[in-house]
Amino acid sequence: MNMLEKTQAAFAELFPQAEAGEGATEAATRQPGVLRTDPARHGSHLDVLCGPDQVVAVARIMDREGYFLEAVSGVDWLEKQQLEIIYDYNRLGGEHCRVMVRTQVPRSEPVVPSVSAVFPAADWHERETFDFYGVHFQDHPNLIRILLPEDADFHPLLKDFTP
Amino acid sequence: MTVPIHLRHDETFVLNLGPQHPATHGVLRVKLTMDGEYIVKAEPVLGYIHRMHEKLAEAGSFAQFMPNTARMDYLHALAFNHGWALVVEKSAGIEVPERAEYIRVITVELNRIASHLLWWAAFLLDLGGFTPLLYAFDDREKVIDLLERVTGSRLTYCYMRFGGVYNDIDDEFIAGTRDFIKRLRGRMPSLYHDLVTHNIILIKRIKDIGIITPEQCRRYGATGPVARGSGINYDVRKNEPYSVYPEFDFDVPVFDECDSMARYMVRMHEMEQSLRIIEQALDKLPDGPVMGKAPKVLKPDAGYYYSAVETARGSLGHRLICDGGKNPYKLKLRSPTFSNLSLYGEVAEGMLLADALAFMGSLDLVIPEIDR
Repeated sequence: MNMLEKTQAAFAELFPQAEAGEGATEAATRQPGVLRTDPARHGSHLDVLCGPDQVVAVARIMDREGYFLEAVSGVDWLEKQQLEIIYDYNRLGGEHCRVMVRTQVPRSEPVVPSVSAVFPAADWHERETFDFYGVHFQDHPNLIRILLPEDADFHPLLKDFTP
Repeated sequence: MTVPIHLRHDETFVLNLGPQHPATHGVLRVKLTMDGEYIVKAEPVLGYIHRMHEKLAEAGSFAQFMPNTARMDYLHALAFNHGWALVVEKSAGIEVPERAEYIRVITVELNRIASHLLWWAAFLLDLGGFTPLLYAFDDREKVIDLLERVTGSRLTYCYMRFGGVYNDIDDEFIAGTRDFIKRLRGRMPSLYHDLVTHNIILIKRIKDIGIITPEQCRRYGATGPVARGSGINYDVRKNEPYSVYPEFDFDVPVFDECDSMARYMVRMHEMEQSLRIIEQALDKLPDGPVMGKAPKVLKPDAGYYYSAVETARGSLGHRLICDGGKNPYKLKLRSPTFSNLSLYGEVAEGMLLADALAFMGSLDLVIPEIDR
């Protein structure tokens, strides 16, 4: 079993009704689950859509399978009134496999549990996402601004932000 | 008359390091809680040179962001050029001619050597050795002259284009590069290693100092020479090959000691590996155009794209999200030193202040790249 299949199998406990095959990555038409994507075209092997309450469980699976957290990014889907948080996991050596984990929260109440207890790498990345998007990461040990001044009262990467 | 100060054993004080400090090489601030000479807690404070490049990316077209990329990691700017070109080419399906790929590899590797030389000079300057800087800058000047010849600039390059490179290399560049390879190989053992690597003062300062375990690298997402100095064989050029790197025969230096000396040795050996890559690329350099066909206005398909390159400091990732428009909808820059620095607090705990500064130097920080 190669790394991709092993990782996909590890997600079975979280998403019993496993999806398979390559296809569209449009979040609006998708149910939570795992989707294979073409790494030559998209750069990641798996596209995992999960609920905000599942991100810590996903991080635990990734930790158990020996992945590391590459980055956490936010996306503001203004038309859908959703904020998306993307976690990129990758392998530090050995067989390469990148897993993109996405979750969506309403723009009016952007609350996601923090994965910094599983991956300390998430500490700064989540602070950055809070800084730029105002996403509140629950149970984060030190959720303060990281790149913007400490007295800033705006979140500049929101699409409706005007300086 | 002076009043003697009585410090209790459990009493600590806060020492502010930076943002203007010669050892931080840029505007990095570290808030240190000290117990005498020992660090109890170290908290890096970022953002002093934050310019919001990610918002700038959304505000302009894909091509308009290219000059910005060089202004993050100004020491290995061509790798940032390359990373941005790769992710956009991936999303828009643009083909790159082979000659252009070779030229990209040659210039990126030359730039990597220049970056390592500057790191070497600055690191030794931190440790109190001034002379090595003069040797390193002498060699670095040769690289910069070569790159200036083809790219037109000396530091903040904007050389790559979607579908190729802006300018072809000429015979003088090739001859100059071959001379440089010979020159650096000649100077490396006698000047770099005899004078510095085997120097007892350097060894005493950095050996067994700043131990980063492989597990810490994984938990904090450290990549590049920091991970390879902790025994992790991870190099994007090998693990997730891009461009024409698979066509070259080169090794990934890995050292298991996990200390500052191991990270030093990784970078010293990487320079030789870069020379090997450049040599092979010059030997095999194909003829042909240096620019492929690329549309004037790019409109990649809506979707999620990720692309990684190996910079001098580690894995640089671009998470690009397109909505079918002519501007990037979202760009997240995963800069290597942002993650590499995040483990500083944990590792520096309990260290002597002087050692913590030597350890900081061994991480090879470039602050504009952390702050973006």
